[in-house]
Amino acid sequence: MKLELRGITKRFGSLVANDHIDLTVEAGEIHCLLGENGAGKSTLMNVLYGLYQADEGEILLDDRVQHYTGPGDAMAAGIGMVHQHFMLIPVFTVAENVMLGHESTKGGGFLDLNDARARVREISARFGFDVDPDALVENLPVGVQQRVEIIKALSRDAKVLVFDEPTAVLTPQETDELMQIMRQLKEAGTSIVFITHKLREVREVADRITVIRLGRVVGEAAPTASNTELASLMVGRAVELTVQKDPPQLGDDALVVSGLTVIDHIGQLVVNDVSFEVRKGEILAIAGVQGNGQTELTEALVGLATRVRGSVVLDGVELMGQSVRKILSAGVGFVPEDRNEDGLVGEFTIAENLMLDRSDGEPFVKAASIQRAALADFAREKVAEFDVRTQGIDEKVGRLSGGNAQKVVLARELSRELRLLVAAQPTRGVDVGSIEFIHKRIVETRDAGVPVVVVSTELDEVAALADRIMVMYRGRVVGIVPGDTPRDVLGLMMAGEPAEGAAA
Amino acid sequence: MSTATGSAAPAPQIVTLDTTVVTSWKAPIAFAVFTLVALALAVFAPRHGDTTYRLNASERDAIQVPDLVVPAMPALWTVVVLLALITAYSAWLVRAKKRVPLWLIVVFAVLFLFGFLTWAGAGATLPMIGLLFGSLSLAVPLIFGSLAGVIGERVGVINIAIEGQLLAGAFTSAVVASVVASSTGSIWVGLFSGLVGAMVAGLLVGMVLAAFSIKYFVDQVIVGVVLNVLVTGLTSFFFSQVLAPNAGVLNSPPRFPRLPIPLLSDIPIIGPVFFRQTLIVYIMYIAVAAVYVGLFHTRWGLRVRAVGEHPQAADTVGINVNRTRFWNVALAGAIAGFGGTFFTIGSGIAFNKEMTAGAGFIALAAVIFGQWDPIKATLAALLFGFASNLQNTLSVIGSPVPSEFMLMLPYVVTIIAVAGLVGKVRGPAAAGKPYIKA
Amino acid sequence: MSDPQNPNGSSGPVEPSEPATPVAAGTPDTAASAATPDAATSADDRPAVAAPEEVPPPSRWHTMWQQIVTGNALISVLSVVLALIVGAIMIAFTDENVQKASVYFFARPGDTIVAVWDSVSGAYVALFQGSVYNFRRDSFADGIKPLTETLTFATPLIAGGLGVGLAFRVGMFNIGGRGQMLIAASVAGWIAFGFDLPVGLHMFVALIGGLLGGALWGGIAGLLKARTGAHEVIVTIMLNYVAFYLVSWMLRTPGLLQAPGSSNPKTPPMKDTAIFFDLLGPRYNLHFGFVLAVAATILVWWILTRSSLGFRFRAVGENPNAARVAGINVPSMYVYAMLISGALLGLAGVSQVLGTVTTGFTAGIDAGVGFDAITVALLGRSTPWGIFLAGILFGAFKAGGYSMQAAEGVPIDIVLVVQSLIVLFIAAPPLVRTIFRLPDPSKGPKRPRPIVTKEVEAK
Repeated sequence: MKLELRGITKRFGSLVANDHIDLTVEAGEIHCLLGENGAGKSTLMNVLYGLYQADEGEILLDDRVQHYTGPGDAMAAGIGMVHQHFMLIPVFTVAENVMLGHESTKGGGFLDLNDARARVREISARFGFDVDPDALVENLPVGVQQRVEIIKALSRDAKVLVFDEPTAVLTPQETDELMQIMRQLKEAGTSIVFITHKLREVREVADRITVIRLGRVVGEAAPTASNTELASLMVGRAVELTVQKDPPQLGDDALVVSGLTVIDHIGQLVVNDVSFEVRKGEILAIAGVQGNGQTELTEALVGLATRVRGSVVLDGVELMGQSVRKILSAGVGFVPEDRNEDGLVGEFTIAENLMLDRSDGEPFVKAASIQRAALADFAREKVAEFDVRTQGIDEKVGRLSGGNAQKVVLARELSRELRLLVAAQPTRGVDVGSIEFIHKRIVETRDAGVPVVVVSTELDEVAALADRIMVMYRGRVVGIVPGDTPRDVLGLMMAGEPAEGAAA
Repeated sequence: MSTATGSAAPAPQIVTLDTTVVTSWKAPIAFAVFTLVALALAVFAPRHGDTTYRLNASERDAIQVPDLVVPAMPALWTVVVLLALITAYSAWLVRAKKRVPLWLIVVFAVLFLFGFLTWAGAGATLPMIGLLFGSLSLAVPLIFGSLAGVIGERVGVINIAIEGQLLAGAFTSAVVASVVASSTGSIWVGLFSGLVGAMVAGLLVGMVLAAFSIKYFVDQVIVGVVLNVLVTGLTSFFFSQVLAPNAGVLNSPPRFPRLPIPLLSDIPIIGPVFFRQTLIVYIMYIAVAAVYVGLFHTRWGLRVRAVGEHPQAADTVGINVNRTRFWNVALAGAIAGFGGTFFTIGSGIAFNKEMTAGAGFIALAAVIFGQWDPIKATLAALLFGFASNLQNTLSVIGSPVPSEFMLMLPYVVTIIAVAGLVGKVRGPAAAGKPYIKA
Repeated sequence: MSDPQNPNGSSGPVEPSEPATPVAAGTPDTAASAATPDAATSADDRPAVAAPEEVPPPSRWHTMWQQIVTGNALISVLSVVLALIVGAIMIAFTDENVQKASVYFFARPGDTIVAVWDSVSGAYVALFQGSVYNFRRDSFADGIKPLTETLTFATPLIAGGLGVGLAFRVGMFNIGGRGQMLIAASVAGWIAFGFDLPVGLHMFVALIGGLLGGALWGGIAGLLKARTGAHEVIVTIMLNYVAFYLVSWMLRTPGLLQAPGSSNPKTPPMKDTAIFFDLLGPRYNLHFGFVLAVAATILVWWILTRSSLGFRFRAVGENPNAARVAGINVPSMYVYAMLISGALLGLAGVSQVLGTVTTGFTAGIDAGVGFDAITVALLGRSTPWGIFLAGILFGAFKAGGYSMQAAEGVPIDIVLVVQSLIVLFIAAPPLVRTIFRLPDPSKGPKRPRPIVTKEVEAK
């Protein structure tokens, strides 16, 4: 089926998310939609899928203009979507998830689960998936959950399939398998829209590439285009990301982690017997695909995990079993992975957020009262020092952009006397300018002799910052390798292959 | 779509993380506490004599069941020993990193209850049929209320307004049934009009709850609490202003007669308890079964649960989340309103101010205690009905326990339940959260 | 929870345009993928594209008008007006004269209108005369008495409203006011009638005892939430009934709370040494409790806006996860908040037994204040002074309601209806705006902020 978008415009108030976007996807074509985070890709696809209504423009399928009021109509028209965040109900079985919304029933609305199971099996067989229709979705690994999403779309006879950032949660191997599935689908006549910001993937499967930036189509390209061409189209300028970094001035071992194990509420060992050391003046980057225990590891380091075993020693002092309060007071700075959820109070002002982790004593609290003047002075100083673009220290943090909000977190954590900095995904959802600034500050912290642990799922960030790299897979350490380890070796390690085998 | 021609992608191996067993000492600790309570009764408040459990409904029944006579103290001591054994066994289970099974908790509870009843009824006769019959009757509004709560929470809207819906149902059914019965001269027409009126009243309260929480995103708990106050105010106002001066016409509702079901009602013990009830109770049986089957085996139920668990996912497959929520919350209101009829036309009692007396909140407790499952919630409601009727029975035979403590029981049990004795149970993931589309 | 409607934001979210700092050279591939870890959900995928439109600043008068029309204050006033109109309709429809006149409405519609006017104006004039100033009295001292009655009724409402409101700010819903008041009243009452202590000290001890009792009862819910994650809404509701039956039992048990020689479930009168003294002399009922309510308002204001404890309270209320990560002990904040909240509701209970009803009390001593306090806190938007004013308004409704019942025969229950309608309307500004056809301030992409209690996931 041929898909055509003509002049799609979507506004959110004064923000123009999609500005007269034209896009044509021929039948049986893999069409890549390439663009930075926030370029408007997801908005466009939500319009296509009927979740948003476009303010202007029209959608054509096989040259017929479509009018739909919700996702139901879009699906009926033959559009399917594999969402970035899977739209699956965790407590339902695979079959129930697949049938939801177009249930087959027998006599008076009773569910015909056998029919749904048969459909799951039939589609699984067609593509060689191994999916049990009666498994609960919450018990399935992410790779399989993604296949359930694909089955869900195909069971509705989707002729146009949209993949929204499908590789974010996959290992390199799983990504390869997904590419294979896409090619299979294409050969079966399905049109595919593949949304991504990863250039390698684009060049591997795309038949045609459309690049969008700031809500507009900025160009089309063939898969033969070079990375440089694609990237400059996508970002709009020649960019690069290397941090000026001198060789590390290593001191003694400062952080010694041994046998660290974190158990989640259903008894899984999300961090499994992890040991490593970080020396003063060194950055240890922890690499791995999202969800392999890195988040839980950082939380355990600052005392946020409840079921933990093992030992975390900082400068000779055991931190394990201490409260978060005590650990922070011991000189640990922490940049959490999800700043909106864990790092900031959106309804608080910048000034209030800057005192969030020192709310019970000097310098901001005396005699149980907040020292408002001292806080204001401090906040103004930090806003200037960290170049937070804001209307004032009394602006609510929830109104700041991602990069500026992250600078507030960093300003707060770096303004204490640090003996260890733990930064998880420090530049996620942050603009390019702020990334450079944040990386610079992290390296400065290292150069001041502080041991630094950085968690990142982006290999580029790992490569830019790391003195040494620790790769995690399924809760375990695959290996600890030098900072200049080649990318393909790291990629294999992220899939669980130990370093020796990978290097060989 | 034709069959794929390309080679099939290799299936991913399903690898899960290593696991360990998370154990909890809550069950053994709770067991120990209750064992100590039983022990304390036996040691510090021994009561001598025999306890007679009467299992006959009346002397005239075709099949007569002999009384069960239990010597109080030996029975209590036996129970204490058994309870202690179960406690020890559960402690061993937890030490061995195994889970304490549900059946063990049930056995423990039944034993404890038996021990307590035997102790409390020493030297007297416990009319078991009356006790159970009354328990079922008292549980009727609780069950309807908890069904309403289950549907509401399953679809993602917390229904604190059950109390208001029951009260609205009680009020409307009394007025409508009185007026229609006296104007048409037919009791049955009056009664059925009362049922319909009660459902409409509950439906309206449900709709207000739905409108405010879905359209205006007001916190569902706040709307629920305020609606309870509103309905209390409205019914009390109209009671004082209109019903009281014209009680003869407006507030003398007829009563649903008991309808014994042929054959079934002759079964010993079960018959007199379950099948010599009123039409409202029989409808309740159907309602419980219908809600259970509906929720778990029909398209309606699948969509309701999807909306309550992950509204965005439901939206992406074309289910209108807010419309689903609105109509199901309204339906839940109608069910609760129906339950309110128990207070007036179900029992032949005139409406009075605030006559539901917190039944809606007990129903809410049953929803949580019953883990958002219609059958389990019904059982919880029956348990609560039993506790309050036990208090009536014990005060008749001269109970050693102050009646207030028996009345407290459902609430205390619920607190213990939500504090995690029954284990951490997940409610519907999106309950209480408004669904806001961009 | 602090600001349920969040209508302040009259403009969309300000997205400061990202600094477009050119970065040094290198492989673009690196930059591209590092720059865009796509963490946003599709729904949150807000574009960073701000259309740089230069809009001339609106005139000051226009801005002011906008703020008045779209702001909180107007919505609050209109909500009260709407609720009173509904109340008027109810009064008119149930009035006997109106009903009689409406029988011949089409013959003489004027009669009906006059009857409606008489019934409604009569009721509301009685409401006003019973709550603010009674012009039919000769002297000012007599005429102003209703206002002092209003303040007397407002005393427990303010204290209770502060308790509920404080819990709201910490993200918790304390529906257990009734239980906390009953326990507090029982403890304070027991000290007040059962002991002999010097004047002043006796009152002080009874007051402290009551506050501790309320704090204890609230603290149970806080402790259970902190330790086991039990939802405070359920626990506090259940504790209401536990307290009610507990107090009922003590009231009918000789040697506990029951008056000696009586078979009624009622306590003996409070001893004079423990009673709150009258503020304006014996002529008026207004007692020292009102001063305590004012003091409590100031204290809660200080806690919430100036103290480090309040800072942590608000942090937990707004984002418990971030608070936990910042080293704030979230569970203990829940416990502290419920202790203070319970103590404030305890103050409401104490002021009932030591100030308002000093002749001995029953299990109905809470007089519904525990639930009224929720509406007071909501009307006052959980801010201390807002609650203070809301308490006085609802106190006026109560005081006036009784005189309306006495003078016009309108049941006091109408006050409940009006109160709950006010809260419903205030909670849904769009509804009020639709009814009065006011402009909507939230043009733009701003989504309504849902008022939901946030919780830390118990791990």
